[in-house]
Amino acid sequence: MRKILAVLLVLSLLLADVPGMTQNLVELRIRWYNDGNEGEVLRELLDRFEADNPDISVEIDTVDYRGGILGSLPLDLAAGEGPDIARITDWGGLAEHYLDMSPHLSDPDYWNENFEFFLGASRIGDDETSIAGFQDAFTVTGPYVNRTLFEQAGVDVPSDMTDSVSWEEWAEASRAVAEALEIPYPMAMDRSGHRFAGPAISMGAMYFDDMGHPNVMDDGFHAMSELFVGWHLDGTMHPEMWPLSEGYAGANEEFANAELVFYMSGSWQVRQFSDQIGDAFDWQAVPNPCGPGGCTGMPGGTAIVGIASTDHPAEVARVMEYLSSAEVLSEYLARTLFVPAHAGLRASGVEYDTDLQSAQDSLSVFIGQIAKFEQTAADLQSYPYNFHIFNSTRDRLTQAMVGEMTVDEAIERIQDDVDTALAEEG
Amino acid sequence: MRFLSILEPLTRPLLLLLVTAIDGILKPIQQRIGVNKMGYFFVLPNLLIFGIFVLFPMLLNFYYAMTGGTKLFPADRPFVGLDNFATLFDCENFSQPNSCQEDLFWRGIFNTIQFVIFQVSGIVLFSLITALVLNRNIVARGFFRSVFFYPVLLSPVVVALIWKWILQHEGVLNAILEIFGGESMRWLLDTNWAMFWVVFVSVWALMGFYTLILLAGLQSIPPELYEASSIDGANTWQDFRFVTMPLLMPTMFVVLVLSLIRAVQMFDQIFVLTGGGPGTRTQLMVQYIYTTGFSNQIQLFGLSAAASMVLGVSLLILTLLQLRLGNQSSLA
Repeated sequence: MRKILAVLLVLSLLLADVPGMTQNLVELRIRWYNDGNEGEVLRELLDRFEADNPDISVEIDTVDYRGGILGSLPLDLAAGEGPDIARITDWGGLAEHYLDMSPHLSDPDYWNENFEFFLGASRIGDDETSIAGFQDAFTVTGPYVNRTLFEQAGVDVPSDMTDSVSWEEWAEASRAVAEALEIPYPMAMDRSGHRFAGPAISMGAMYFDDMGHPNVMDDGFHAMSELFVGWHLDGTMHPEMWPLSEGYAGANEEFANAELVFYMSGSWQVRQFSDQIGDAFDWQAVPNPCGPGGCTGMPGGTAIVGIASTDHPAEVARVMEYLSSAEVLSEYLARTLFVPAHAGLRASGVEYDTDLQSAQDSLSVFIGQIAKFEQTAADLQSYPYNFHIFNSTRDRLTQAMVGEMTVDEAIERIQDDVDTALAEEG
Repeated sequence: MRFLSILEPLTRPLLLLLVTAIDGILKPIQQRIGVNKMGYFFVLPNLLIFGIFVLFPMLLNFYYAMTGGTKLFPADRPFVGLDNFATLFDCENFSQPNSCQEDLFWRGIFNTIQFVIFQVSGIVLFSLITALVLNRNIVARGFFRSVFFYPVLLSPVVVALIWKWILQHEGVLNAILEIFGGESMRWLLDTNWAMFWVVFVSVWALMGFYTLILLAGLQSIPPELYEASSIDGANTWQDFRFVTMPLLMPTMFVVLVLSLIRAVQMFDQIFVLTGGGPGTRTQLMVQYIYTTGFSNQIQLFGLSAAASMVLGVSLLILTLLQLRLGNQSSLA
């Protein structure tokens, strides 16, 4: 018996080393980050894929959004050392590194029909046909409020009274709640130029001139900048988050700890708040505040793209076809509580896997906001170099908040920064 | 020792074998290049490592500083000559960063100068005082030496996080202030306090290391000199002024050079503590280089390389100046 076992062991070791036995297994790597539980859901979905496709193994390299996706991924891609697949938010900025999967896809029309918005934004130059990936989640920027705090303070939630609430009205109500309950922060906004863009467009900012060149030198942008900087100076906005951070920063913790009344963020937080807050207090997304330019948030989202430097384009396409299929994507969205970007699923709707009223209401609000997007918001999101505008807005307005420059100077600097960056991009 | 003596009969032939082998390799080389040149042969491995990891990156940095665009690989980058330096120095009024094209570079320079002056002075002064105290015969001297050295063992990120928790609005410092009837403050949000705390935290974290160097310097001063000066009727101040300080000067000089280089290179601790804020109040040169080259959406490697060259040259000038001053004082 021992001899048989020994022979079997030797044989298995020898077979494991036979080139033909291992060469067929293609290992793909996905660079991934999580807002909520999507990494966990992805792993389960990929386990099923691997079971049906034993020749492909997919490893998920989970990184943090700031360092791993915004920080190192562009450098790795520039050095030709990127992953095979990546989850990204800078659709246009990384476009030169995308893999065109169209020759490997069984039904390219399916992609064009269902992911039109993302594909439009991911194609640069004369390219009109490439298929780089798909949007796994559509995001809608918008505010959350802590309804329990409003109730305790005896202040009406402004959006319950009227459909059109201005930013000033929200600021006043949030301050009233914070003062009544001694809550440290009436309002906060993610430290992001993308988050600022929705309110700015609502105040009338156009972001582009008649020639289609980025332009922030208008009254709408100025009005929102003045308001926003002023709110940091008078304590309406979380006074430390923007001035004391580098890059992106969020106020999730403050909101989850009920230290914040009104939090301008977006739909991707629903899953995280469902897990972190649950029903500990009554939280909910509310419609985007209004101004002379509308009541818009910003569209956006995360996209999963193939990377051109991969050695296995066909296998990448197979994984992507699986993940983007309506059936798999529907399960992914239902479990992650993301708004669908897939046109078919948006039309048919997704049955979300949650009993939490706050989450269900918030998702309804965010889905309802899609119809209210201003054209400027859509144009800005699909502009390939929008990150230059967003990042400079974030950094220069911060300088205005701490008195390093006036709001006017900050806006001039944003324009200069964008012009310089575009010149460098060529 | 007994164990070693047992091993001796075994190790001796092994050592002999090793020496013979080395001799076998080196002898032909020596015969070929001569005894005088063997020194070069021995420093060659170190020189190779220095060349690959220091000299080559420096030359590459120089090349990058002369190129533009956003491409990573040198071959893809257009040659722009001194344009990057011209961009950095394009200023209407050098004392007004807002009037400069690269305002953040100049803010970084001014912040770095301010930081270096206060931090290096703080480190030299407090390390000296601490070393003098710890050199005396005080109770629990060993314990205090460990206490002062402990922060040096902590990672700069850990140090920054600890102090962030202490200094934030809902932090420990404000809690203590409120207990004693004081008013809580936003320590890191106030532009003046932010620089103070950045300097303070950095002095706190690093002074243990320099204290140790100075302590070693103090202990190398022969006690006979103090005995002689006390026979001459010198008081404590005169001891310090005419015995301790002159003999400690070479060590002080080492501390000064090391702390200065470290201060100019400061990045990680401040990056975690304030992110360079509020605004850009605590953003130093190294952070500017990092954000311009790596963290911004558009990665301007050329501009970043040019800024790092400006920093390198400034550091070189400062160090040479210090060396010259050091030589002059030792000659005097």
